Amino acid sequence: MSFFFEVLIGGLLSGVMYSLVALGFVLIYKASGVFNFAQGAMVFFAALTYVGLLEKGLPALLALPATLAVMVALALIIERIVLRPLVNQPQITLFMATIGLTFFIEGLAQMVWGANVRGLELGLQDEPIQWVTETSGMNVSKFDLVAAGVAAILVTLLALFFSRTRIGRALRAVADDHQAALAVGIPLQQIWAIVWGVAGAVALVAGLLWGARNGVQYALTFVALKALPVLILGGFDSIPGAIVGGLIVGASEKLAEVYLGPFVGGGIEGWFSYVLALLFLLVRPEGLFGEKRIDRV
Amino acid sequence: MLYREAGQFKVSYAADQQIFSIRQDRFAVLALVAIAFLVVPVVGNQYWLSAILIPFLIFSLAALGLNILTGYAGQLSLGTAAFMAVGAFASYNFMLRIPGMPVLLAFIGGGTVAALVGILFGLPSLRIRGFYLVVATLAAQFFILWFLTKVGWITNYSSSGVITAQQIVILGYAFTTPTAKYLLVLSIVTVMALAAKNMARGNVGRSWMAVRDMDVAAEVIGIRLMRAKLLAFAVSSFYCGVAGALFAYAYLGTVEPEAFNLDLSFRILFMVIIGGVGTVLGSFLGAAFVTLLPVLLSVTVRYLDSNLDLHIAESTISNLELMVFGGLIIFFLIVEPHGLARLWQIAKEKLRLWPFPH
Repeated sequence: MSFFFEVLIGGLLSGVMYSLVALGFVLIYKASGVFNFAQGAMVFFAALTYVGLLEKGLPALLALPATLAVMVALALIIERIVLRPLVNQPQITLFMATIGLTFFIEGLAQMVWGANVRGLELGLQDEPIQWVTETSGMNVSKFDLVAAGVAAILVTLLALFFSRTRIGRALRAVADDHQAALAVGIPLQQIWAIVWGVAGAVALVAGLLWGARNGVQYALTFVALKALPVLILGGFDSIPGAIVGGLIVGASEKLAEVYLGPFVGGGIEGWFSYVLALLFLLVRPEGLFGEKRIDRV
Repeated sequence: MLYREAGQFKVSYAADQQIFSIRQDRFAVLALVAIAFLVVPVVGNQYWLSAILIPFLIFSLAALGLNILTGYAGQLSLGTAAFMAVGAFASYNFMLRIPGMPVLLAFIGGGTVAALVGILFGLPSLRIRGFYLVVATLAAQFFILWFLTKVGWITNYSSSGVITAQQIVILGYAFTTPTAKYLLVLSIVTVMALAAKNMARGNVGRSWMAVRDMDVAAEVIGIRLMRAKLLAFAVSSFYCGVAGALFAYAYLGTVEPEAFNLDLSFRILFMVIIGGVGTVLGSFLGAAFVTLLPVLLSVTVRYLDSNLDLHIAESTISNLELMVFGGLIIFFLIVEPHGLARLWQIAKEKLRLWPFPH
């Protein structure tokens, strides 16, 4: 039984990492209705830039704001060059544009910083906490706990930002209705730039944590693909949904791998979450917390 | 002046409903097919035939398949490569398990199995749409590749999961030279492209387009949504499956499931976007563009490299390729959302008026 809980907790904590990536998607989807496929590439780009700057000899305290500045600059450029000309295009067109963006950012990141795998040291050890192991016999990684803490702080900050600040209210207005928001004088382009900037910052946090765990490498972009079932479960436009979805996906994936995997030859982690999301969709097409849509002709 | 339909009167229903109703189009298509069949095999060398033209034709077929689903029926899919894999591996098994199986029948069988799998993964489209459906097709992509790798029976228990496609023999003639393979692929692609063109203008194609434009409205005017959507998935997967079988038999020879990864799905999606969503011509233009661009790019970079002494690394070229691809996708979506096929339309308009400005 304690093994079950160990797997469960490990899964939940890795689910938190998925949530961090999913959060970036949700932010952009909420504010602009764009399904940003490039979020994974942004995670990769942020982690690579940070490591690259460290390699150039910048101290970590300087490299962090510098990377943040790069991500915000990237967001501004994306808004200006990609999004602005595509205003009022169908959502699918914007989605495909972000696929193009993914390729561009991946190529750019590897061209500037090279493609070899690098380690990233955050000063956190990925080892079980002794105290927990002694009292309950379960292995809970310190690193995972810190990641969960960071995610909790980030979500709280974002929730406060969305509900208490002027910009946050503007963001929600834009998410509800572009035209109405424009009519009451909310600067749409500015808002989009801010949202992409915030998504860039979230990508940086996710990139640092994922990079510290798995090494900064091209495979980081696949993390974004894992965020998709998370979004499906939670609903595209819900921040709590991203968190809950991430937890469900993380936990079920690990449990399935351990308990179901041996029967079918293993390696089911790669697709289990998708199939889970798919089955879930058949019951609730708009996700757990997603907004229900009513179709009118 | 050059391209005019004025004076071409349609005096029968048959003439009115032709696939290519304008005489110039008819001639152009016939000439193109004649050149492809008669001139290219004579002129083209081994490298061009086996490394560029055959993959171009196969990718055109796959792009056509995706275009039927995404362009005509409006269901975005990221699982194209997986359906190709189903086609390839199913054909392999038909050839392997049934003695004396004609290879063309095996291709059709592969396509049919792909179509059945397509219907299975298309079922969620009845309830979900848009981005949610993208995830459903991604599930197909990952699940099918995993399945093909894990189930040893499919790859005939080869330890590495690699299969070696049997030789293509039709009526006792073995297709071994690139020219013969090219002609075979070309024949299949020509027939299927014509069939697609025919389908697109008829009842089926129109119901797909109605579903694409607004499925609730389509349902209201009496189109059976379930039938239209599943048919789109089936036909699209059939095309992809045949393309996958050709990919294995006429192009690569030996394949593993990993050859049909997500990257290939994306490439085919790019062909559709760059070529033109919802046009048969666009599938070919897009496939030509995506197949030729890496060749062109690496030739250009090598040329610059040797002449200017830049010492560009191999990895830089592949990264540059990624960036150019990504940039072009965005460029096309912004400047010409209807793709290369639309440019051809514009060219036709211009030809119609030439040499006058209006």
